[in-house]
Amino acid sequence: MTLRGKVHKYGADVDTDVIIPARYLNVSDADLLAEHCMEDIDADFRERKQEGDMIVATSNFGCGSSREHAPLAIKGCGISCVIAHSFARIFFRNAINIGLPLLECPEAVDSCEAGDILEVDLSRGEITNTTRGTTFTAKPYPEFMMGIINAGGLVEHTKRRLEDSHS
Amino acid sequence: MATVAEKIIAAHSGRDSVSPGEFANVACDVVMANDITGPLSIKEFNKLKVDHVFDPHKVVMVPDHFIPNKDIASAIQAKAIRDFSREQGCVYYETGRAGIEHVLLPEQGLVGPGQVVIGADSHTCTYGALGAFATGMGSTDIAVAMATGDIWMKVPPTIKFVFHGALQPWVGGKDIILHIIGDIGIDGALYAAMEFHGDAIHQLEMDGRFTIANMAIEAGAKTGLFSVDEKTEAYIAAHPPKWGCSYKSYTTDSDSDYARIIEYDASAIEPTVAFPHLPSNTKKVSDAGDVAIDQVVIGSCTNGRLSDLQVAASLLKGRQVHQNVRCIVIPGSQRVYGEALEQGLIKTFMDAGAVVSTPTCGPCLGGYMGILAPGERCVSTTNRNFVGRMGSPQSEVYLAGPAVAAATAVTGHISGPAEVSSTQEVAAR
Repeated sequence: MTLRGKVHKYGADVDTDVIIPARYLNVSDADLLAEHCMEDIDADFRERKQEGDMIVATSNFGCGSSREHAPLAIKGCGISCVIAHSFARIFFRNAINIGLPLLECPEAVDSCEAGDILEVDLSRGEITNTTRGTTFTAKPYPEFMMGIINAGGLVEHTKRRLEDSHS
Repeated sequence: MATVAEKIIAAHSGRDSVSPGEFANVACDVVMANDITGPLSIKEFNKLKVDHVFDPHKVVMVPDHFIPNKDIASAIQAKAIRDFSREQGCVYYETGRAGIEHVLLPEQGLVGPGQVVIGADSHTCTYGALGAFATGMGSTDIAVAMATGDIWMKVPPTIKFVFHGALQPWVGGKDIILHIIGDIGIDGALYAAMEFHGDAIHQLEMDGRFTIANMAIEAGAKTGLFSVDEKTEAYIAAHPPKWGCSYKSYTTDSDSDYARIIEYDASAIEPTVAFPHLPSNTKKVSDAGDVAIDQVVIGSCTNGRLSDLQVAASLLKGRQVHQNVRCIVIPGSQRVYGEALEQGLIKTFMDAGAVVSTPTCGPCLGGYMGILAPGERCVSTTNRNFVGRMGSPQSEVYLAGPAVAAATAVTGHISGPAEVSSTQEVAAR
């Protein structure tokens, strides 16, 4: 599957409080959360973003709280994937579990600017910057995690496991 | 040869041993969610088409974040976990008999040494103070564990932190953990388990240990573990296991099992403040400069326990909160509130001109009960000072322990306890 979209670029330690401030956590619907995604650090994000766009950041993206509302809000914005130097632990699990693709690739992050167009081949982990004509390969997922991703998230993965154990 | 984290994971995954980086399916002793994360967990749980949670004694729901209900939407979320708990018979604590989850679960005897505890709240790592492998996850992970009783984990490497020597007066668990985060950064222990050792750690009472373990996540860690000693055992004797289960304590075999060992001189640590907007942006309070403060919050899962309130009250007794400051004190649980009342601490706070709230996470995450306006500054005993954490994105949060918070409430600018306390008070500590 190939994703294509425009880059929205951020720095290090983008925390879940700025991805979706807790004052909006009295609901858990992705479309409602998406209305406030990134608003405390990037007030225009909601107007600029388009379906398929990508968030690109440096280290420790998604640090802070365990709120699954953070990847849900990003997904609700139509963001197709997040590319970073590294991800915070709980955010990483949450994104995999709900089917928001994440790629760790410092070279691709450092060589792109906001507004560049990227194409991402998820099965090969290949990131092509079509604006600059460069291609990078992201760190591959461990086989165990590919099982969850290929099943379509943790709930589907678990449903299959439960069905197998009953059959 | 293995670390505590590796031994607990191995014992809960039916294996003789595990190594860092390996994946394991781990059986859970406690699976928890709250009024923000629980409704999402329940939604995902229902998709799994199982009728019952794996063990109602091991599934715990705590309404605490926006509780007592702050608005209609929050009331609907709180109702969702209440209804689910009644239907499933799982462990649930109602407003008036509850508190902040990470203060409540240890005092209710729901967590203990050698257990695996997962919670849909990042500060679930708090229970590492008791020697439990406790870690925060998201709502979907919790939904799956509620159904199956297990969850996948990647075995973390362990970093050992050793504190030599004794702590100075007024220096507590919060200063230690802020000191570590200031040193290694907010991803300095990313994906790792932290272990805390040394004379100063051994001397710390349980409340200080809970504070340190609580903020392991603020260094990116998966969990923060303490050895079980006579203080842990005394705590467990006073808060016996609710369901009569037996606990097991583990120790790391040798220093060669650690990925890294970091050593500190505990006597060199001073009361510490994390400036906006990262917990790693630390300064000694003596280097803070003249920073005027509008609000002080004393409470939360980090510093809302009885000894935190005792420290704050010892500085506020016979003094007044500065005229430009709103001081908000939030006992961490109904039990803490009751004990503080019996000891006269609540009267001390009220006489000083502070407001005392019912237990709630409330202002810590910018929910309610102390939201900041643009340009306002707050010294808070909570755990995060990210942009907009306690309200307006133009407000500022300074993290500190209860001694600095109380001293600041009196002076109106960031202050160490030495600035307001007499020499007799210092000597008495």
